[in-house]
Amino acid sequence: MVDAKQFLGIKASVVFALLLFLAVFSSSCSLKPGHKGITLAGSTSVQPFADQWAEVFMTKFPGKAVNVQGGGSSAGIQAALTGAAEVGMSSRELKPEEKVLTEFIVAWDGLAIIVHPSNFIDNLSLLTVRDIFSGRVRSWKEIGGPERAIHVVTREEGSGTRGAFQEMVMGRERIAKKAIVQDSNGTVREVVANDPYAIGYISLGLVNERVKAIKLDNVQPSLEAVVRHEYRLIRPFLLLTSGPPQGLAKEFIEFILGEEGQDLIRRQGLIPAKLAGEISQDER
Amino acid sequence: MGAPEKNERLIHVSLLVVAFSAISVLALISLFIFTEGLPIMFRYGFKKFLFSLDWYPSEGHFGLLPMIVGSLFVTTGAMLIGVPLGLAGAIYLTQFASKKVRVVVKPLIELLAGIPSVVYGFIGVVILVPFIREYLGGPGLSVLAASVILGIMILPTILSISIDSLLALPPSYREGSIALGATEWQTVRMVLIPAARSGIVASIILGMGRAVGETMAVIMIAGNATSIPHSVLDPVRTLTSNIALEMGYASGEHRQALFATGVILFVIIMALNTVANLTSRKMSS
Repeated sequence: MVDAKQFLGIKASVVFALLLFLAVFSSSCSLKPGHKGITLAGSTSVQPFADQWAEVFMTKFPGKAVNVQGGGSSAGIQAALTGAAEVGMSSRELKPEEKVLTEFIVAWDGLAIIVHPSNFIDNLSLLTVRDIFSGRVRSWKEIGGPERAIHVVTREEGSGTRGAFQEMVMGRERIAKKAIVQDSNGTVREVVANDPYAIGYISLGLVNERVKAIKLDNVQPSLEAVVRHEYRLIRPFLLLTSGPPQGLAKEFIEFILGEEGQDLIRRQGLIPAKLAGEISQDER
Repeated sequence: MGAPEKNERLIHVSLLVVAFSAISVLALISLFIFTEGLPIMFRYGFKKFLFSLDWYPSEGHFGLLPMIVGSLFVTTGAMLIGVPLGLAGAIYLTQFASKKVRVVVKPLIELLAGIPSVVYGFIGVVILVPFIREYLGGPGLSVLAASVILGIMILPTILSISIDSLLALPPSYREGSIALGATEWQTVRMVLIPAARSGIVASIILGMGRAVGETMAVIMIAGNATSIPHSVLDPVRTLTSNIALEMGYASGEHRQALFATGVILFVIIMALNTVANLTSRKMSS
């Protein structure tokens, strides 16, 4: 038997639950981009840099919210196409069918071939790198080192970094199936930093003292080498909007392309859009 | 009809709705996986998905055989490590250990089930992988590393269900056997284990289901290469890691192929669960 008092109690708790639900729901709504906020989504290679861009932008213009999410280049392009995010981020060039988007090259990023700091190798030719990643060269002995198998570390299919590496280094050749696959720049760096016999590739801006970035055809990967047109493994970081950017998205992209934004990009270890912009145009 | 009865009815109906909403989520998930994954399987043919060795989704090659074999290897390895340990632990704790030991040890082992899989993966990367690389060779990220970590992860499942099924046996089995002059070990081997067999089998199959479905820890320590491993020291990719690794970047057919991976995984897990249910039903009847 439920008496009136208990019934009221149940009613009250139901009402309370409903209110709680509403409160949670509406607060989660208010977190979504409203009038004053935009969302950047896409490439996990761009994301750590974009986080800082957003931070600096929001400090400079208080009250304007820029929200950065990952997901990958393809997801970013999709998000810009469907409008799920105001601005998409991509670290690979657009495919022809994706060219309906308005694209802005905001920076260039180098790809560095990395090995363990104790590795004897300092320099490799692009061809040797290709042979190692395709699995034709399997032992360090074949290139003058100890008799140990080379542990090739690559990124997963669909990653922008892998796409850029495939295009610039491998050409039509496939990366060996035996290669270890890791799903971010950070984990590739981690595996190479711990394994004396590993080789991998990551974004130049993310190289640190735990790994050694080797010279490619005798060119040390660095910002200067890229600007001097010597280091060739570079790829664009794109911001994408569906149609010309408007409102806050426009302000943000202009900020990044402006002097202050480009200066920040340089300090982050990336290559400002204008510095490498012209060279790569005639290279491509 | 008075207010209380009305209220009772209301509660009945709302509980019914809540119960069905839980089931409908399951139905929605299955529907979603199959509608996303099946079309591409029909387009390219099941044979290509199941028996091709080439996984190059950006070129339109969707061979899942290396991942199917990979899941099989890693799961088998995990069973080889988890089943003997779990079974031996269950026998010790139910037959030989004093009750004091059991009340302390059993909850401790069950605590293993509460550790997030990313922590297992991290321990694997930091301790196990360098150990394998230094002392056994290969890159360390390997079938062996994944098997050991998964073996530990399924331990609580196997152990606690086996303990329950051994404890559920009537005490007369044990007493009768001892009274007939059998030693304790003979009693365990010839009376208790056969009697609790279906519960033990169910625990093994549930552990296997957990091993097949585990993703995070495996991605971190298995190396994820898309070739069939030739030794336990080679890197390997499982079905679950294939989905989780590539989901972020996949679009178009690549994305559909990952759902197709999900379809295959779904079928495997369903089959395991059905077998587990059937055996445990046999036990109770």
